Amino acid sequence: MTFDASGRLPEAFLTPGGTSFMDFLAGHAPDLLPGRRSLGQADFSDQVPHGTTIVAITFAGGVLMAGDRRATMGNIIASRDIEKVFPADEYSAVAFAGSAGFGIEMVRLFQVELEHYEKLEGTTLSLDGKSNRLSALIRGNLAMAMQGLAVVPLFAGYDHDRLGGRIFSYDATGGRYEETSFHSVGSGSLFARGALKKLYREDLSATDCATVAIQSLIDAADDDSATGGPDMLRRIFPVIGVVTADGYQRLPEDEVATLVDAAWAQRHERPDGPVSASLT
Amino acid sequence: MSTPFYVSPEQLMRDRADFARKGIAKGRSAIALQYADGILFVAENRSPALHKVAEIYDRMAFAAVGRYNEFENLRIAGVRLADMRGYSYDRRDVTGRALANAYAQTLGAIFSSGGEKPLEVEILVAETGATTADDQIYRLTYDGSIADVRGYAVMGGQAEQVAEYVGEHYSEGISLAGALRLAVDALGHDSTEPRELTSDQLEVAVLDRTRTQVRKFKRISEETLARILSESQPSADIEAATEEAAANASADDTPAVTAVDDDDAPIAPPEDPDDTRPL
Repeated sequence: MTFDASGRLPEAFLTPGGTSFMDFLAGHAPDLLPGRRSLGQADFSDQVPHGTTIVAITFAGGVLMAGDRRATMGNIIASRDIEKVFPADEYSAVAFAGSAGFGIEMVRLFQVELEHYEKLEGTTLSLDGKSNRLSALIRGNLAMAMQGLAVVPLFAGYDHDRLGGRIFSYDATGGRYEETSFHSVGSGSLFARGALKKLYREDLSATDCATVAIQSLIDAADDDSATGGPDMLRRIFPVIGVVTADGYQRLPEDEVATLVDAAWAQRHERPDGPVSASLT
Repeated sequence: MSTPFYVSPEQLMRDRADFARKGIAKGRSAIALQYADGILFVAENRSPALHKVAEIYDRMAFAAVGRYNEFENLRIAGVRLADMRGYSYDRRDVTGRALANAYAQTLGAIFSSGGEKPLEVEILVAETGATTADDQIYRLTYDGSIADVRGYAVMGGQAEQVAEYVGEHYSEGISLAGALRLAVDALGHDSTEPRELTSDQLEVAVLDRTRTQVRKFKRISEETLARILSESQPSADIEAATEEAAANASADDTPAVTAVDDDDAPIAPPEDPDDTRPL
C-alpha cells in the first residue's frame, strides 16, 4: 500500500473508476488481495486451521445461518471457539468452511466490498449482485484452493424484491448455486444435510429453524471429527445469525444456550436426535 | 523575442483564489451543526440524487459545496482512503483528522501548482465522538487551509450571512429538531429577503452517535423532514415575509413581531426508535 509522503491523496484515489473495492485494490495495492500470493507447490491442507460445518435454512420472512465453533489443523483442534458466521451487510450473512485464515480475510474483504459500493453509489447491491461479487472473490483464490487452501462460503440474505430469504452456495472455483430451503457446507455437511432433510418443514418459525440448525450441527459433530458439537463444559455454542426484513441479527448467546440445552436434554433420552414425525 | 509579463506570486495567488471563490459563491450553502446526539448536516439542494452530504465511514461524514464533479471526486477519494485504512488496519483506526489532512494536502497542492486549475470547492469533514466534546468538524477551503471548528460550520455562496444567523441563535446541546429548524431558517437568511425553505429543497443527514449500528450516518427522508419541520415554526421574520407574500403585500402595517425563540421544545423523536434499518 502506498500513501504519498506529502500526505496528498495518491493519484489512484482521485482517478475516476469503478465501484468495486476489490478492483481498486487490484490496481493500487494488489498485495492486499488474497490469492495474489505465491505459495510454491506444497499442499497446505493439514498445516493451517480449517473451519468446518455451516448450515443455512430459510423460513417465512427470512433466513438463518449457523456454524459450529471448531477449526482443525490435520488431527489437531486448532480452535474451539472460532466464529464462522458474519453479517455481510445489513441484510445478508456470510459464513465459510475451509481455510480459516483465508476465509476470515475473504469475509472482511467481502464486507468492505459491499459497504464500499453502498457508499459510492448511494444504494445497495441487489442480493444477486452481492452473491456474484462473492463468486469473483472466490475465483481470485483459485490457485490457493488447488493447494488445499480452498474457502467455501455460504451466502444468505433477505431479498427485498422477492420478500424472502435466499441461500447461495459456492464451489472452490467460484461457481454460484442458489439453494432452496436449506443447505450445508463443510466437512460435516453430509451429515448435517441428512438431518436437515428430515427435520426441515416449510412452516417452521425462526426459533424452530434455530433448533433444526442446532440439531443438524450436533448430528454433524456426531459423525465428523472435524465438526465441534456444543461444548457443554465451556458453554461454547454455535453462532446463529438471522436475517429478516429488519436486518441481520446474531441470536443472543443466552437464547442459543436455551435451545442447545433443550436439544442436549433430548439427546440424553435419544442420542440420535429427534425422529421424523411419520414414515408416510 | 517577446518578454513574458511578470506576474507577482501574490497576484497569481490572489487571482487563483478569486477564481475559486467566484465558483463557490454561485452555489447554495450547506451547514453542519453539533446537536445533543451528534452532528446534523443541512444543505440546500434541489436534486434528490446528486448529494452534497455523504457518508465516509462509521463515524465520519463529508459535506461540500461548489462544483459537483470536483467534490464528488474528493468524496470518492475519501471513501477509498477510509475503506483502505479500515481494511488494512482496523475500523477504529480510520480518523477524521487523517482524512482532513489528506484533503488539505491535496487541495493545497492543486491550488499552488501552476498546471492545475484550483478546485472550486469547500468541504467539511465531520466525525462524531462518544460525547459532544469529542466531535470534530474540519472545514477545508479551496486553497487547502484547514480549520477545526466547534459548534457549527457554514460554507457556500452566502456563508457569512448564514453563519451570522446561526451564531445568533445557536446554543450548545440543542435538540435535533431545534438544530434542524435553526439550520433551515439560517439557510433562508442568505439574502436581505428571508425565504422559507421546504423539505424538497433540502438535503439533510445526521451522524447520530446513539445509533446502535457501527455506521452512524443516516439520511433523513423528505417525509420525515417535512414532519419535523411542520412541528416547529419558522423564525418570525421568515414567517412575516411569507405572510406578506401570501397577502400580496397588502398594506396593513402589522406591529413589529417580537422575535420568537426557535422552537427547541421536545417534540416527537426524529425517527421511529424501532426503525434500526440503515440509511
